[in-house]
Amino acid sequence: MEPQFFDQPGGFVGQPIVRVEGREKVTGKAKYSAEFPLPGLTYGVLTTSTIAKGKIMSIETAAAAREPGVIAVLTHQNLPKLVKTPNTPEGKKDTGSQMGFMPLTSDEIFYAAQPVALVVADTLDHAIHAAKLVKVTYQKQEPIASFHDPKAELFDPQKIQDGKADAHTKRGDAKGAFASSAIQLTATYNHPVYNHNPMEPGSTTAVWDAPDRLTVYESTQGVTRTQSTLSAMLGLPREQVRVITKYLGGGFGCKGSMWPHTILTVQAAKAVGRPVKLMLTRPQMFTSMGHREDQAQTVQLGATAEGKITSIVHTKTSTTSPWDNYAESNSKILDMLYATPNFEASYELARANVMTSTFMRAPGEAPGSFAIECSMDDLAYKVGVDPIEIRLRNHADHDYSTGHPWSSKSLKQCYARGAELFGWSKRNPTPGATRDGRFLVGMGMASASYPVHNSQGTARARLYADGHAVVQSGATDLGTGTYTVMTQVAADALGLPLEKVRFELGDTQLPTAPNSGGSVAAGTVSSSVYLAAQDVWQKLIKMAVVDKKSPLYKAKPEDVATEKGRLFLKKDPKKGEAFGDLMKRADMTDIEGMAQGKYGAGYEAASAAANADPAHKDEAAQHAMHSFGAHFCEVRVDMDLGTIRVSKWVSVMGAGRILNAQTARSQIIGGAIFGIGSALMEETVRDQNFSRYTNADLASYHVPVNADIPNITVEFVEEHDPFINAMGVKGIGEISMVGVAAAVGNAVFHATGKRLRDLPLTPDKVLMSGMNS
Amino acid sequence: MNNFSYTQAASTKEATAAKAADKQAAFIGGGTTLIDLMKSDIEEHSLLIDINRLSMLGIENPATGLRIGALERMSDVGEHPLVVQNYPVISQSLLASASPQLRNMASMGGNLLQRTRCGYFRDTAFPCNKRVPGSGCPAQTGDNRTLAILGGSTSCIATHASDLAVALVALEAKLTLESPKGTTRTVPLADFYKLPGSTPNIENHLAPGELITAITVPAAAHARKSHYLKVRDRASYAYALVSAAVGLDVQGGTIRSARVALGGVGTVPWRVPAVEKYLVGKPATEDNFRAAAALAVRDAKPYEHNKFKLELAQRTIVRALLEVA
Ligand SMILES: Cc1cc2nc3c(=O)[nH]c(=O)nc-3n(C[C@H](O)[C@H](O)[C@H](O)COP(=O)(O)OP(=O)(O)OC[C@H]3O[C@@H](n4cnc5c(N)ncnc54)[C@H](O)[C@@H]3O)c2cc1C
Ligand code: SF4
Repeated sequence: MEPQFFDQPGGFVGQPIVRVEGREKVTGKAKYSAEFPLPGLTYGVLTTSTIAKGKIMSIETAAAAREPGVIAVLTHQNLPKLVKTPNTPEGKKDTGSQMGFMPLTSDEIFYAAQPVALVVADTLDHAIHAAKLVKVTYQKQEPIASFHDPKAELFDPQKIQDGKADAHTKRGDAKGAFASSAIQLTATYNHPVYNHNPMEPGSTTAVWDAPDRLTVYESTQGVTRTQSTLSAMLGLPREQVRVITKYLGGGFGCKGSMWPHTILTVQAAKAVGRPVKLMLTRPQMFTSMGHREDQAQTVQLGATAEGKITSIVHTKTSTTSPWDNYAESNSKILDMLYATPNFEASYELARANVMTSTFMRAPGEAPGSFAIECSMDDLAYKVGVDPIEIRLRNHADHDYSTGHPWSSKSLKQCYARGAELFGWSKRNPTPGATRDGRFLVGMGMASASYPVHNSQGTARARLYADGHAVVQSGATDLGTGTYTVMTQVAADALGLPLEKVRFELGDTQLPTAPNSGGSVAAGTVSSSVYLAAQDVWQKLIKMAVVDKKSPLYKAKPEDVATEKGRLFLKKDPKKGEAFGDLMKRADMTDIEGMAQGKYGAGYEAASAAANADPAHKDEAAQHAMHSFGAHFCEVRVDMDLGTIRVSKWVSVMGAGRILNAQTARSQIIGGAIFGIGSALMEETVRDQNFSRYTNADLASYHVPVNADIPNITVEFVEEHDPFINAMGVKGIGEISMVGVAAAVGNAVFHATGKRLRDLPLTPDKVLMSGMNS
Repeated sequence: MNNFSYTQAASTKEATAAKAADKQAAFIGGGTTLIDLMKSDIEEHSLLIDINRLSMLGIENPATGLRIGALERMSDVGEHPLVVQNYPVISQSLLASASPQLRNMASMGGNLLQRTRCGYFRDTAFPCNKRVPGSGCPAQTGDNRTLAILGGSTSCIATHASDLAVALVALEAKLTLESPKGTTRTVPLADFYKLPGSTPNIENHLAPGELITAITVPAAAHARKSHYLKVRDRASYAYALVSAAVGLDVQGGTIRSARVALGGVGTVPWRVPAVEKYLVGKPATEDNFRAAAALAVRDAKPYEHNKFKLELAQRTIVRALLEVA
């Protein structure tokens, strides 16, 4: 049974409730991590390497140290040593660091803008000035810039993502099936480096409360993960490391793991015996918190003459750092999106002088969907059917990658509703045939999918007899509305008005929650919150049935239900009482419930107790759990000048329970904009001789501006998924951008008849494509 | 960023004298680009001389032409009815520049002296002849997609980034300059900028201590029929990949005078007299525009990543001319 309060009149879940923290934010009261005024606070500024490869021969710090206000100039020679660094494979595993290297632990330079010194001063201005006076002499070596570099050596990593994923997947005989397919399509897709560029740069404020007790105000997507990495590196028990993130100005994955600047700040605070705050500059954001790696992927798509897929062979080549085998796993979505009987994927990497890349919104799915969804479009034209029809012909009724049935899937409804909202039926099927004045007009679409990842988290609910509640979970609100949706869930689950519930997050002293990444936060945290409230009710029911003064005295606990703050007999709802009366009689001011929300512990099993019964969990695990959706895009292409403008956009998603119609819509809009940016303009350019970025600022790293984005229509297909988690919530942070770039590329093809496979589709590429015909 | 002193000048005399007395001093107008350059350690100044109190204001349009005070803000000029009506190319070039916030702050004088957006110039870790003479020009064999195909040298191929300057060069605008001695001179903007040659660090012919006080633009029929077209990587708030400032005086279907200048392709705002000459006396047809535009890139030297500009420059000219034909 679904949580009882769903869809009840007057309930909050699902409603377009405005952000509960909105007023704090717009009045400037919300404190982001760099905004905690602490007594004795000092400021840290990094000096970074001007070369990408080589050795430090000498560091002159005297001039910097002499400047007024300078407290310390820290280098690899005098920074306090860490108990554990990620510089070895075991160290990397124990610390959970994304990057297997810690700057300021040796004289070696591996990448451009690697930190070489950290200056601490009494004011930010003093620190900035002194950081510039640190003079480093290097012995330069010639760097390798990317897998494109002729000097780069390609290798088979066997495993990618730190051993978490295989570099080879094989189902059936994909190559054989491809070779004998009636239709054989081979295409290569190129992707630049992308940087996350959240509005709030990374920042750390470190305070040593005692020689062995640390508090860190951090901009992170997960206080728990930061805490565990810090405690491993410092050799401190976890409970002696407190990490706080009350508000986050976006993350998109770059704040999903702990990066060097954080621990360097912590060590600096140790060295100077005062709190230190360090905020990365915008240029440093391009070289401090990872990026999406530059990559090329080749898709071989085999199909029957009718367009039924017989085989997909996928290979990806990408750049990684000197230490880590990181590559986002593009192949997963190619493996599961369609009914593909034979599948094979492999990855190869090249080491270059770059920092380790990392997950960025829809890691793997974003570039992977560009490849498969453009190739599917090619297939549609080849067979001569509508792009939606080719997808329907290859609809996966179960998950071919695992053989499991879907826990729920509404992809067909998404196609149908999206087509209707968009006006797809008006599309002239012939490419290059629709004009509006100087513009070629094109319509394209693409499927979207994103998995529901395994994750669990805990929440605590404290209900007060006077009718208010505090609900807590150490989750993060990336700026997407976690505060709001959890307040809604808690209010409904506790039967209280919204304003009587306060939801707290972002602190390791609160119950442990997962990282806000991989779209798990909404599902996991909402389930924990809901179940914590159930725990409260179970405790109250147990009290009532033994309380002689209660109308429920001697009732069996399982015969008692709760609704809107009232406990009553299921058979005779008039018989019951309000929780406040029960608690006051017992002289209780408050009562606490605690629970763990789990992936795979669906609401079928969750209604009775906090924990799913194991049998049901196994059954859930036999399901493939994914969100699905469809994007529809119209572009206007000026073939003479090479400019593309997106003129219409529709996204329809089936993503389980939608907790807040307004914040969910914003997420989908945000993902569409993120994807349009990746399709049309975003690109971090790495100079191939210096292995250093030439556009590391927001004037030249172009993200979309308002003028680039049309009205975006968003709809959700109602979906009830009993298997995923107690709330039936799948999460929408990432599916929102999966397939977006492909929908743009497909629309451009439809407009112009030119298939562009090298992102981003800047005017130079569009113009040249027109000349090559 | 280094420590610096700050002073507010009460008169142009005071400002120019202060500047002449200190080689490392700089005037500060809106500060929208100067402060960035200082923060990134690309420029170091010992003294900032604030010129915002000076009376270099006014947007006037007597019969002889337009006169704009150097301290007028980009937004005020861009939206001024006299400019919109009589010199649309100037208005459009301004409104297609930067963002509304920047335009509200930025001055006309400062705009003309902004420096290149070449990524190597903007990061002190790279060599760059413009920033550190003799250190080299990595752009020649590196990321040169946005850089110049005209007017470059083996020392430097950076484009001049100002949109306004392209429109002004097309309309034969002149700068009024005031020297520390109190004398004024006028210089055609086209002669003001310097090609990089072997000294890309010297970008113009401003004498030590000289202040830009005003911009004048001669009245002309082709100015009233003028247009600015800017092609860029996103719809707004981006520098030009290629831009064209054009003006046409067409009478009875025949072109009496034409003005064409390009942005985003030259190391300085790039007027193309050959194109103009070709057009004069010919019917205002697309074919003629095309033939004329081909002359614009005759001497161009493209690099690995900016070959597209050869074609894009021509098409931008044609499209802009069609707008005013
Ligand atoms: C993100 C961003 C995007 C931009 N996009 C564009 C664009 O698309 N197109 C475009 O054209 N511009 C663009 N700009 C540049 C912008 O137009 C300039 O920053 C602005 O015009 C400079 O004017 P200012 O008054 O602020 O100059 P300041 O920063 O004050 O000064 C600039 C220079 O001029 C000197 N100076 C100023 N006034 C005088 C004077 N009267 N006499 C002598 N010297 C003087 C200063 O000493 C300094 O060297 C952009 C800028 C930014 C930051
Ligand atoms: S093009 Fe000019 S500005 Fe750019 S690196 Fe070369 S010398 Fe420097």
